[in-house]
Amino acid sequence: MIHVLRPGLLSTIQDLGRTGLASLAVPRSGAADRDALRLGNRLVGNPEELAGIETTVLGADFRFDSACWVAVTGALCGVRVDGRPSHVDRPVFVPADGVLSLGAALDGVRSYLAVAGGIAVEPVLGSRSTDTLSGLGPPRLAVGDLLPLGTAFGVPAEVDWTPRSRAPAAVRLLLGPRDDWIDLTALGDYVVTSASDRVGVRLRGPALARTRTEEIPSEGMLPGAVQVPPDGQPVIMLADHPTTGGYPVVGVVHPADLGLVAQARPGAVLRFELSRRSRS
Amino acid sequence: MRILPVGLTGWLVEAETGDAAAALYAYLRERSLPQVADLVPGARSVLLDSAGLTEAALREALSGFSPDVAPDFFGEAVEIPVRYDGEDLDDVARWAGCSPAEVTALHTGSDLRVAFCGFSPGFAYLTGVPERLHVPRLSRPRTAVDAGSVAVAGGYTAVYPRRSPGGWRILGHTSVRLWDERRTPPALLTPGTRVRFVAAS
Repeated sequence: MIHVLRPGLLSTIQDLGRTGLASLAVPRSGAADRDALRLGNRLVGNPEELAGIETTVLGADFRFDSACWVAVTGALCGVRVDGRPSHVDRPVFVPADGVLSLGAALDGVRSYLAVAGGIAVEPVLGSRSTDTLSGLGPPRLAVGDLLPLGTAFGVPAEVDWTPRSRAPAAVRLLLGPRDDWIDLTALGDYVVTSASDRVGVRLRGPALARTRTEEIPSEGMLPGAVQVPPDGQPVIMLADHPTTGGYPVVGVVHPADLGLVAQARPGAVLRFELSRRSRS
Repeated sequence: MRILPVGLTGWLVEAETGDAAAALYAYLRERSLPQVADLVPGARSVLLDSAGLTEAALREALSGFSPDVAPDFFGEAVEIPVRYDGEDLDDVARWAGCSPAEVTALHTGSDLRVAFCGFSPGFAYLTGVPERLHVPRLSRPRTAVDAGSVAVAGGYTAVYPRRSPGGWRILGHTSVRLWDERRTPPALLTPGTRVRFVAAS
């Protein structure tokens, strides 16, 4: 079991989310920076899809009943085991009764704690993820929560591929389905605002004007969809985004760049690099 | 039908009408194309969350589709008993220029069908609402609407499956459980399902 000593700003259990239920308006949810959770799981010898903990900006503290391998990935932060400095992006051993601290994020928004065996709370509709939009899944972590662990799978991996290019200057935007509804000539640099959350990253910058004024009938959206509401300020949909929307989606962020978007702090500047997918 | 790219590997297929979109969704579900992880019906479209389905393969799959073939897929109508005691019943009656009893008669007399789900898990947008009941949303949405509230707005009617904020006009309430995470599927009203409301005494 893990005891939650300090949940920080917003800490939630996340795996890779709920799939196959979007037709019932069940959001995918799951880790906002999926690659970071996958990396953490590999480092502790887990299958990539096991549930870990996603922290937000301020980190979190935990006490472990039993000795355990863990890994902290995602936003760079100070990691301590019983007060002693430790590492990110590497397997870390926590002794029985040990206290693991994830400090405030230094270069991103969300850090991930992967634990050998995974967090084993009861799944809801095939996932242990907390969906902050719909309320599905376990509640956000609170002081005193006790989290069960699964059985560890094997030896932790010594090293892994740990991408750390955290300057999200250019984000690849695959145009469509509604790029013909929006005048893209005004497109420029956008600042990430503090109104961003797990549902979407809200941007502020040159307003994008509509080329068509009629209402768009509600249609399905995928993670990374860049929606343009009436005020012309784009919103990039993250893990807990609603399954359908009524504003035009001008393009979708390349899945490989979505982790960078999820880690972009308020004040960070994003620039879209437009591309059109080949239609073969 | 127009086929539009979505992201790296997804597709959005546009249909001419809401009925055609529903028929297209039913058709694609029955085809269960390989590499399609999920199908998301919209008001006039179906989104294919696919991994590598080519446009040629999609066009080939769509070649057998006719929007005029009403799919059996929709099945028997689900009857939902409603107490017509909603907060906005009188307002909707004024809007429609009739009595609350006539609103009830219009609502229970309609053959409805789930066009698509959206807004929150299990929230089904039902089409087939008589034009007199096409009322706008509340200008100031309520911060909390109880599960089981039966409401109309924007040409659709719906039952709130869970307690949530909401801006639709509430005609009444049902005790039928619309959403149950332990049920398969968890939503009572899935896209394509036919629905009839029945006045409960």
